[in-house]
Order: sequence, then C-alpha cells, then structure tokens
Amino acid sequence: MKRYSDLEYLRLSKWKKFLYRLQCFFLAIPAAIKNFFCAIGRFFKNAVLAIGREFKDIALTFKEGDVHTKISYFIMGWGCLRRGQILRGLLFLLFEVVFVVYMIFTGGYWISMLPSLGKVGPGETYDAVLDTYVYQYNDNSFKILLYGVLTLFFVIAFIYTWRLNVKQNKLAEEIIKSGKPLKSGKDDLRSLVDDQFHKTLLALPLTGILIFTVMPIVFMILVAFTNYDGSHDGYINGLFGWQGLENFRTLLVWEGGGGRSYAATFGEILTWTLMWAVFATFTNYFLGMFVAMMINKKGVRVKKLWRTILVMTIAIPQFISLLYVSKMFAKNGIVNGLLLDLGWIDQAIDFWGSTDHNGLLARVLVIVINIWIGIPHMMLIATGILMNIPSDLYESAKIDGASGWKQYTKITLPYMLFITGPYLLTQFTSNMNNFNVIYLLTGGGPTNAAASWASGNAGYTDLLITWLFKITTGEDAKYYLASVVGIMVFVVVALITILVYNRLPSVKNEEDFQ
Amino acid sequence: MKEKKAIKRHMGLRASNAISNSVIHVLLVIISIIWLIPFVCIVLQSFRTELSGPVGYVIPKQWGFDNYAALFGTDFKRWYVNTFIIALINAALQTVIVLCMSYTLSRFRFKLRGALMRFMMVLGLFPGMLTMIILYRVLKDLGLTESNAVPGLILVYVASSGMGYYVSKGFFDTIPKSLDEAARVDGATRMQVLFKIILPLAKPIVIYTVLTAFMAPWGDYVFARYVSFNNPVGMNVAVGMYNWLTIDQINKNYTMFCAGGVLVAIPVTALFMCLQRYYVEGVTGGAVKG
Repeated sequence: MKRYSDLEYLRLSKWKKFLYRLQCFFLAIPAAIKNFFCAIGRFFKNAVLAIGREFKDIALTFKEGDVHTKISYFIMGWGCLRRGQILRGLLFLLFEVVFVVYMIFTGGYWISMLPSLGKVGPGETYDAVLDTYVYQYNDNSFKILLYGVLTLFFVIAFIYTWRLNVKQNKLAEEIIKSGKPLKSGKDDLRSLVDDQFHKTLLALPLTGILIFTVMPIVFMILVAFTNYDGSHDGYINGLFGWQGLENFRTLLVWEGGGGRSYAATFGEILTWTLMWAVFATFTNYFLGMFVAMMINKKGVRVKKLWRTILVMTIAIPQFISLLYVSKMFAKNGIVNGLLLDLGWIDQAIDFWGSTDHNGLLARVLVIVINIWIGIPHMMLIATGILMNIPSDLYESAKIDGASGWKQYTKITLPYMLFITGPYLLTQFTSNMNNFNVIYLLTGGGPTNAAASWASGNAGYTDLLITWLFKITTGEDAKYYLASVVGIMVFVVVALITILVYNRLPSVKNEEDFQ
Repeated sequence: MKEKKAIKRHMGLRASNAISNSVIHVLLVIISIIWLIPFVCIVLQSFRTELSGPVGYVIPKQWGFDNYAALFGTDFKRWYVNTFIIALINAALQTVIVLCMSYTLSRFRFKLRGALMRFMMVLGLFPGMLTMIILYRVLKDLGLTESNAVPGLILVYVASSGMGYYVSKGFFDTIPKSLDEAARVDGATRMQVLFKIILPLAKPIVIYTVLTAFMAPWGDYVFARYVSFNNPVGMNVAVGMYNWLTIDQINKNYTMFCAGGVLVAIPVTALFMCLQRYYVEGVTGGAVKG
C-alpha cells in the first residue's frame, strides 16, 4: 500500500481519508501482534537475566559474608538474631519451621501427586472382616490439583522469603561496617504505619485477591489441560488426569460432518458475541450522549426530573427489572396483550422463541432492551463531560456560522471520544462478558438446533460467557471445555485491548485537550 | 436594510430554538414514559388478585394486598434478611478493602506498583464466571455453602473486591499531594495522614463505595445460586425469586414475584435516590479517568 505524507493526506477527499485510515489500521495489526510477542520475548529475556543476577548475588554474599551470614543460608533468621534484630529473626525462623513441617507432613504429598493427579481411583475392594466388597474412595484429583497449586504458591513464597533473608544479612553487614546502628524491632513496627505503610494497607486486599482470584484462575487454566467433568469428578466416580492440548483441539479444530463440530458452534457464538458487544456498546454510547445533550440544552426545563427518572433503572436490582421486562415480552405478556387489543396483530408474537433468521427477533430485542438498561449510565457520564467543554468553543463556532450538526461533529464528538476512549474500551469488553442481561432476558434462547447438541444447549443469543455457564451447569458438566472457552474469551478480550488501547488518542497524546 | 434582515434572522433563530426546545420536551416525555412503564406495570400487577399468572393487561380487575400477604407464607422473609445482612456487611468490609487498595495505589510509589496494577488489569480480563466452580468447591470444603451460604458469599465478595479500585483511585488522584507533604513535614506518620487528612476529604468517594457495595449483592444471581445449591435457607432474594418464574411455577407465583420485587426495590431505590449526588460524582469523576 502507498503511504502518504502529511501533505498528500490532507489533500485527499473525506471518504478517501477514511479509507486510508481504515487500511492503515488493519495493516498495523500484524505489526501490533509482532510487537506484542516481541514484548513477551523481551520480558522473558529480562526475567532470565534478572534471575542470573540474583544467583550471582546470592553466591557472592555467601562467599564474602561472615559466619552468621553463612549459617543464615540454612537457618533463616540466624544472622538477624545474632545481630540483635530479634523480631525479624524470629519471624524468619518461624516461617522456615512452618514451611518445613508443612512440606514434610502434607505439602510433599500434594507436590508429588501433581504430575499424575492421583494414582488409585475409587473402586470396590474386598473386605475380609465383612466378607463383602466395599466401594472405596481413594485419591482425590480435585484436591491434589487444588492443594498442589496452593503448595506451589507456598514454595514460591518461601523462596522469596529465603532470598529476603539472604539480602537482610548482606545489608546488616554493610550497615555494621559503616558503624550505624541496626533497626530494632520497635523501628520495624513503627515503619509499618509510616514508611512501609503501603505494605500494611495492601496486605489484606492482596491476600484476598491471591486466594480468591489468582488461585482460582490458575486452577481453572490448569483444568483446561485435564479431562475434569461430571463423569470424572476426581473422587467419587473416577480420577481425572492430564490431557495435554486435546481440549483445545476439540474446541478449535473443525471435525465431523453436517456442520456438527465444536468449532462451528464456537465460531457462531463468538460471532454473535462480537456483534452484540459492538451494538450494545455503540448504541448505548451515542444514544446516551444524545439524551444527555437533550437534557443539558439551554432552555430545557426540570432537568433534574428527567435525570432522576432515567437513573431509577440503575437503582432497581437488575434481576427484578430484567426478569420483569423479559416476561413483558413473553407470548402471554403485556406487550402481546396490548398489540392484540389494538388489533395490530392477529396472534401473539413469540419474541423469545422464534428461530427465524438465526433468532433475529430475540437478538434485536435484547439489544433494544439493553439500551433501556444502559442509557442512564452513559447519560450520567456524558453529562459530566459535556459540562466541562468550554462554552467559548461553541460561541466562537456559532459566530463563525457553524450549524448544530457541525458543532457536534467538530467539537462535542471529538472531545467526548477523546475523554471516554478508555471507558468505551472497558464497556466493550464488559459487554462481551455481560452475563446478566442475556441470562435474565432470554436464558440464551431461542435454542439453536444446529448447535444445541454441543455441550450446554447453545442458543442464538448465547454469549460465550453464558455458554460457559451452561456448560458447567449442564448434565455432563464439561468443566474442561468451560475452561477452554474461558481462556478463549480471555484471548479475544486481551487481543482487542492490546490492539485498541495503544491507539487511543487519550493514551497517545495526553496533553492535547488539557 | 441590512439591520432589518439581521433582526429577522435573529427572530427566526429564536423561533426555531423554541420549536426545537418543545420537540426536545416531547421527546423527553416519551423517553420518561418508556423508562417508567415497566416499573408502573410491576407495581400495578403486584396488587392484582384475580389471577396469579402473567396476563395480557396491566390494570388489575380486583385490587388487594393478597400477594404481599402471601409472601410471608414463603421463605421470602428469610431471603430478604439474608440479602440484607450480606449487603450490610459487604458494604462495610468492601469499603475498607477498596479504600486501602486505591489509596495506596494512588499515593505510594513503591517498587512493584506498576507491575501490580498491570497484573490486576490482566486478571480483570479473565471472565469471573470461570472461577465459580473452584470457589464453590473451596467454600464447600470450608462448610460455607447451602445453609451457611451467607458467610460464604460475604467472604468471596469481600476477598475479591480489591480488584475494583479504579474509581476511587481516580478520586484520590485528584486530592492534591501537597496536603500529604505538608502534614509529613509537620511530623505526621503516613497513617495519620490517611486518617486525619485524606479520609475527611474523601467523603464522596467513601459514600459512593458504600453505596455500590451495598447494592451489588441484591442483584447477584449466578454465584449465589451456585453457593446456596437449592437450599432455601441460604438463598438470597434473586435466587429465591428467580425460581418463581420457572415454567411450572410462573402461573402460580407471577404476581407474588411482582410484590416481592416491589419490596426489594423500595429500600434500595430509596437509598440510591438519597445518595444519588455521590453516585453521580463517583461515576463522572472516577470512572472515566480510569
């Protein structure tokens, strides 16, 4: 493709400019992906180098350190204790004791079982006393995976603490050499509310995130490589084991005749998810902005009333409003009743059940109802921003004779887009994962006959996220498949974020509008 | 001559402005009606006594409080109390966690700050739904499911709330740092700075956080359903009432659902409307800057 210089670009017609920019955007995608992988490569290279430096430092400290430092390599906290930092020394020592005891009694078992996820499954064994066969539960794959991961976390924490312990010794030696006093336990405690206050503040939130967000995510990523499902639940009816990339192949490789393959279902749902996210995001964005502009216009009365009415939709819990609205459009619901009474239709319209044109009716209706849900929020945000646009911009535009539409496209819209760029992006990704609206309105239906044989009865309005939910709660509960779908959602969302985020004007040139 | 034209044009502009304003008013009235219809319908139907299923008309033929009375014959009261307890405790604890997190990330410049924020952004891209299975099993091992679902739900809501620090961080960023520094020069510790200087200034964002944390549990359906596992003792209102609208229940319980919905919506909406100002401030101030 021909690259234009700035001057040539300015000479192009509006349409050509747009085309050119579109082309540029798509041509830049491979480079962006390449950059992304280069960044990952650089990250690993730096990580390896950093680890190398750490090892060198550890060896050097051992060589040059005094006797206490050397002992500290095996008995953590020894150096601290000998040098009078009792509190630190005791904490190090306590941690080591706990770690060693834990590893000997339970941790070692979990780690050793991790590669196989359990050797002996449940089964009947002969009991000589009762003279009968007894069903016995043995290894528990689920627990092995769960506690194995937790133990790995613990090992990493131990290595980090050990390294800290080594560093402490080095620092202490240096401080003693320079003749300054070491920090006492009292100083340490004081620094926790002062210099090191951030550690105190973050301790609780980060522990929560580690246990209830990071650990489950790591676990579920690992599940994608096993055959964990309803009939291999790891304890009661059978062990599960490592599968390699088999599950990814199941989901992504086109197999089977008559359009029957997981890949086809996945492709269909992904397409609709993206379509939904685009429509849901942009209809809300522009209509919300439009409503905000109407309310903000000079001369419009009782502004507060209009805003309050709209904001009520945010206040009322979604499960009430969405479920109710969904029933309004049911076959025997209010909307059909009204239309029948007016004589506009002869028989009730099946809004949620019609499968014509890939469930077009339900799909459109979901987007329309989502506007009802989404406009108030966008209206609030747009109101705040619109008020910040300097009014002299509009005044000078008016003097120059700009029409209302020109003012909108040249002042309001660029300003809004600039400020709300990141918001739009997060809206897009959260719409891709908008479970509530879809699940409460349609439950994913109408059923997609071609795809419903796949695990979880996929329907025409199912997003990836609701499909994932159906897979896990369905009869065969294919957790491994759900994990793969979840990872795919992550990949798609992450790709979009990477591609768009660095191109946002508010990220690229932050100073322009300020 | 020229002046006359200008005046005429001016008059024309004014007239067109008046027209466009009245068009806007009409539009706004229509929009308001559309937005209010479902709520009006749900209130009206909650008073209907002649039929308990969904029907094609809005205004009841027989009015009465039967549906509200019938609610007390079900587990509704228990679900209501459950949800209220969850919401209350969640509001308190989650606010503490979120404020700790956002204040730290806004004010302190420590070594791993950037990496931590990036890491949490990546974590946020994973669909939360995915972790439900494992969280359910963990809670089950701890004995916090089914009839003990309430503490289990609180634990999970609070523990993962640190991820939602963006809005309040945006707010803390707008409080000038010179305030902190002045206090530090006068010998205040970091903790004193937080409690004596920043928190009093952060009232709007504290209220915003409390409000959103209080409202969220009322709408949580999916995870609450998982954790309560069909045991009515541990359900919240969303899970319990959802079951009234299943195909075999809807003809019996539809109007009761409406009545329950009204009872749930009233306190939450009232609270929201009282504190609306702070919500708007939080959304417009913190949310956009991210």
